[in-house]
Amino acid sequence: MTDTTANAVHFQADHGHEHHHDAEHKPAFFARWFMSTNHKDIGTLYLIFAIIAGIIGGAISGLMRAELAHPGIQYLTVWSTMMGEAPNFDTALHLWNVLITAHGLIMVFFMVMPAMIGGFGNWFVPIMIGAPDMAFPRMNNISFWLIVPAFFLLLGSTFVSGGTGNGAGTGWTVYAPLSTSGSAGPAVDMAILSLHLAGASSILGAINFITTIFNMRAPGMTLHKMPLFVWSVLVTAFLLLLALPVLAAAITMLLTDRNFGTTFYDAAGGGNPVLYQHLFWFFGHPEVYIMILPGFGIISHIVSTFSKKPVFGYLGMAYAMVAIGVVGFVVWAHHMYTTGLSVDTKMYFTAATMVIAVPTGIKIFSWIATMWGGSLTFKTPMVWALGFIFMFTVGGVTGVVLANGGIDNYMQDTYYVVAHFHYVLSLGAVFSLFAGFYYWFPKMSGKMYNEFLGQLHFWIFFIGVNLLFFPMHFLGLEGMPRRIPDYPDAFETYNALATHGYEIMAGSMVIFFVNVIWSLMAGKKAEGNYWGEGATTLEWTLSSPPPYHQFETLPKID
Amino acid sequence: MNTLKTIIMGLVLVAAPALAQNAAAPVTAVPAGSGATTPAATAPAGPTFDYAAPTPGVGHPVAGTFGPQPQVTDIGHEAVFMHNKILMPTITVITIFVLLLMIWVAFRYRAKANPVSSKTAHNTAIEIVWTLAPVLILVLIAIPSIRLLAHQYATPKADVTIKVIGNQWYWTYQYPDNGDFEVVSNMLKEKGEVTGNARYRTDADGPRLLAVDERMVVPAGKVVKILTTSNDVIHSFAMPAFWEKMDAVPGRINETWFKVPADKTGVYFGQCSELCGARHGYMPIAVEVVSPARYAEWVKSKGGTMPGAAPVASDAGTASPPASPAPAAAAPVATSQPATQN
Repeated sequence: MTDTTANAVHFQADHGHEHHHDAEHKPAFFARWFMSTNHKDIGTLYLIFAIIAGIIGGAISGLMRAELAHPGIQYLTVWSTMMGEAPNFDTALHLWNVLITAHGLIMVFFMVMPAMIGGFGNWFVPIMIGAPDMAFPRMNNISFWLIVPAFFLLLGSTFVSGGTGNGAGTGWTVYAPLSTSGSAGPAVDMAILSLHLAGASSILGAINFITTIFNMRAPGMTLHKMPLFVWSVLVTAFLLLLALPVLAAAITMLLTDRNFGTTFYDAAGGGNPVLYQHLFWFFGHPEVYIMILPGFGIISHIVSTFSKKPVFGYLGMAYAMVAIGVVGFVVWAHHMYTTGLSVDTKMYFTAATMVIAVPTGIKIFSWIATMWGGSLTFKTPMVWALGFIFMFTVGGVTGVVLANGGIDNYMQDTYYVVAHFHYVLSLGAVFSLFAGFYYWFPKMSGKMYNEFLGQLHFWIFFIGVNLLFFPMHFLGLEGMPRRIPDYPDAFETYNALATHGYEIMAGSMVIFFVNVIWSLMAGKKAEGNYWGEGATTLEWTLSSPPPYHQFETLPKID
Repeated sequence: MNTLKTIIMGLVLVAAPALAQNAAAPVTAVPAGSGATTPAATAPAGPTFDYAAPTPGVGHPVAGTFGPQPQVTDIGHEAVFMHNKILMPTITVITIFVLLLMIWVAFRYRAKANPVSSKTAHNTAIEIVWTLAPVLILVLIAIPSIRLLAHQYATPKADVTIKVIGNQWYWTYQYPDNGDFEVVSNMLKEKGEVTGNARYRTDADGPRLLAVDERMVVPAGKVVKILTTSNDVIHSFAMPAFWEKMDAVPGRINETWFKVPADKTGVYFGQCSELCGARHGYMPIAVEVVSPARYAEWVKSKGGTMPGAAPVASDAGTASPPASPAPAAAAPVATSQPATQN
């Protein structure tokens, strides 16, 4: 690794007289957006990509809620004929499985991850550590351009045969043997290749972040002075680097089982279907922390900014994230309590899973302690952050319930699980995404958003998602299984309620998009540090938007 | 490949030759807009048996409730106590505590009330407290949780062993202790969905999407050992009222058990709980718990035999010797360690 600090100084010595011109020199449109090596442009591309994927994934959940509003099959048959398939009951039911699969994969791999890591990570990690760009700008470019074909592969799989009907209907977990002998046709192969590409994209991104954070910090910025968002991305990058190759191996074996006659997951040939689940969840559990850890980082910044106080217990916060990352690798089989694990295994995974609640608790209490004694203002990012803290607590405590292997005999694969992970993701990760978006949107675009519309968006979204997801706890307790398009009539009450919640949530998203478009067109010009004295990290020392190339003179941290 | 799998399944379940036959039998093609049809009609070989109607509010979900279904087994009572009396109060208190703290902080330290913020960023004592207090709470939760797990896995000596086999998309139940007959259990369609004189669901069968044509019948007051496996993809045998769920994995056998008290006879419903393809939502599980005397009658109606009774000379489609326990059923371990077969 070359010494980037020295390089930057060298660059400055040679071209000092051209400073202003260099910092603002932008390539022409095609070169700028399609061959980009600028971390801010790539971050913007990732954010736009994530918003588009989010619209598609969110629309799919709208289809699901419409179908589930009342018992019986209402729309699936019509939709499957609209997709060009012959009217057939099984094909219609298969479409349901395609919808749940696509919703899960899109939201995880093409919405939350690109927005958190690719979007905010690319935009603000280099700036926060005082670096001019990412360590490997061209690798950064290919990270983004791998995820685009990955998304097209997944969307395209919907239009080719997946066995009973078109599309991959395996669930986002792609369990064998439903995904091998249970799904003929190329759809599942396309979905698997999509995950390969998305995984390769994330691995390259992770290498880039780790290298950048370890080597390109401004003079004086020790690891223990690094902003918490950078810490969160660092831990996330390590999780990606260690977890994704395991997923790649698992799904490659799926591919060879499907196409080349291997039997990794087929007991008849000496394999084991449960092996796939172990490998998948060895990736899958760290994956849920990959989705939430950058959110933790964002929330820490926002709470500190709007409390006008430094983060309480900084080191505890940083190492709590490290602890969550480490323990996150040894709890995977709590997703598999009903697969026939031995009693000792279940006892271990019960205990290990509960341990996660300790560092998570440290973070919740530290955020509240950061506000304690502060001078609080409740701008839009702050209300989203407060919403995050409370909703994540609700999702966290139901996680403690589900951690118990004995209790899980009832809860496994019911709507209680669906409620739990939507509270930590849809109300956790997504709240932190909106919080970060409102917090940094003026920094990225140079235009202030509309505060009233931002507040309105929050409150309506908050009411909508709670109405949407809270009744799912009761559905789970009543015993409703996940992933079914029709249900016994007793489950109608809460399902109808949840669908109304979705309608309210969808309405709030209209406000969001109006706000974004209005702000870009007519928003007030944003100052460099529009949040004032509470905002202390390096991005607030720059203009809004920051110069095309920042920190040609490296900042010094004392 | 399928043939090989069938042969292996046959070897696994030596006492179940019927399985191999059944696995080979193709599922009848279904017309559009209808539910599954019975792949192989199990002709009653003995006297008819009158099935009970479900009791309202017992053994199936009830609209607008807030907690787990009423439990009938001891394990269920222990688990629901743990959930309702330990976990729920704990998480409710913690959530309300966090909410109140947030409301208080937001009110007390709003910019108007507190224009100058403090710069306190450390307090070792409180950090130790909020690390150790959750540890203590979790230990207090872990003790009954581990105990519950131990109880769930302390399988008593089985009185009846039933092999539960998942298929796309119906269940088959084999009774190796009772002459090894097999029951094929399909969801019952609604009145408007059946053609001709085919049987449709009535309220005596159970709720829509839960009622089946042939229930799994078990004796009350007896330990019922369940061995699950599958002929195709992974399914999951779930019975909420017994606090019971066990995956049915092709090529593996999982073991679990339940014992419904003698006074809890009735009909209990569950649904397949692992995504298994198009009709995942259409393969319910119905268990009818009857008195041991009624159980003997039911076994007889299926052409089976009770252990100890003289073998019936009839040919009910089963060639295996009566009351011969399956090899897996004889496993001495008291855990459900899966036996991988290859």
